[in-house]
Amino acid sequence: MTLSPDDWEVIRLSLKVAIVGVVLTLPVAFGLAYVLARGRFPGRILLDAIVHLPLVLPPVVTGWILLILFGRTGPIGGWLDRIFGVTLMFRWTGAALAAAVMALPLMVRAIRLSIEAVDRRLEGAARSLGASPWRAFRTITLPLSLPGVWAGLVLGFARSLGEFGATISFVSNIPGQTRTLPIAIYTALQLPDGESAVVRLALVSVALSLGALVASEWLVRRQGGRAHVL
Amino acid sequence: MSFEVDVAKRLSEAEIAVSFASDAGVTALFGPSGSGKSSVLNMIAGLLAPDRGKIVVGGETLFGGGVNLPPEARHAGYVFQDARLFPHLKVRANLLYGADRTDAVMPLDEVVALLGLGPLLGRWPRTLSGGEAQRVAIGRALLSNPHFLLLDEPLASLDRARAEEIMAMIERVRDALKLPILYVSHNRAEVDRLAGQVVAIHR
Repeated sequence: MTLSPDDWEVIRLSLKVAIVGVVLTLPVAFGLAYVLARGRFPGRILLDAIVHLPLVLPPVVTGWILLILFGRTGPIGGWLDRIFGVTLMFRWTGAALAAAVMALPLMVRAIRLSIEAVDRRLEGAARSLGASPWRAFRTITLPLSLPGVWAGLVLGFARSLGEFGATISFVSNIPGQTRTLPIAIYTALQLPDGESAVVRLALVSVALSLGALVASEWLVRRQGGRAHVL
Repeated sequence: MSFEVDVAKRLSEAEIAVSFASDAGVTALFGPSGSGKSSVLNMIAGLLAPDRGKIVVGGETLFGGGVNLPPEARHAGYVFQDARLFPHLKVRANLLYGADRTDAVMPLDEVVALLGLGPLLGRWPRTLSGGEAQRVAIGRALLSNPHFLLLDEPLASLDRARAEEIMAMIERVRDALKLPILYVSHNRAEVDRLAGQVVAIHR
């Protein structure tokens, strides 16, 4: 089996979209996870529900909401266009945004669980040893929640690679811009002679997903099952 | 005065009200478990806010009269009952966690020698026995350049031989460093041996 130049373009684009989407989501996901794990404020349950919305909404609806918000005339899209001259429509950046939004709830869940598992008394010990709240966070809370961060990255990456519905309804199916693996497979399925492309791209999907899972397992094991940083 | 404490705190399970003043090298807080001894230490360390009262240690007001210093500004050398070592840091990094404060009371090699920590420096906390972990916790507190020590049942998880060793070590610290020490225990023999003044707490 050899991959055609078109296949390679799809793979490169999918990896770019998934990696950029997940890396940009990570700080947002960590912040939300921290606030949801530790914060006590009115509206927390509503925030929690909004974060989880992409998990339960039909992805096509999520894509349509993104279209309304980030389209060239939408409230956020219009602003991006006017101020920065940036447009997400029909671009790979839009596909990355769709992947990021769909990955967000999974990443927040994974990270939140591991923040909740951090023994807060360790932070108290750090404070009594002279650490500011920020240093206690940086040296205790953050490293101890790293397993959840890794898990969140892998889950988010896998989710982004498989993202279909929100992407196709938000940024359509443009070769080289928004035609990621699942959309390319869907496109090939519509063609009378597309079967060999479907097989090739499906095998690539399996290989990438397996690779991500093995890599995460290896990362966790290398840390001896916990997040040793020294 | 080494310790002047007069605090009250309503917790969900109990009302704690403790008042004492002591000028001894080692002051013991003596009472049954559940009488709020650890809560008193947490209030002195700044990890638990009293509802009202006053905490003065070594002449410095830590709480009361509009003052409420954050834990990192109180310079407490707090040794927790469960050692509470940082699981993701090796023993050496645990020891040095609070040691970036300038003009340390004791340098690392001295603390290592005093507590016999040399062979433990490269180990992970989860590989230590209860006694070893407790010695590391004491070393970590000493290295943070404390102005006073809070020891919460430091011998509770140890066998007799180890407990004897740690007690001798506490006596050495008491006599060599002259730091005010507040020592929580429910063991009469420990208290009689170490403490210059005993504060009894009842439920």
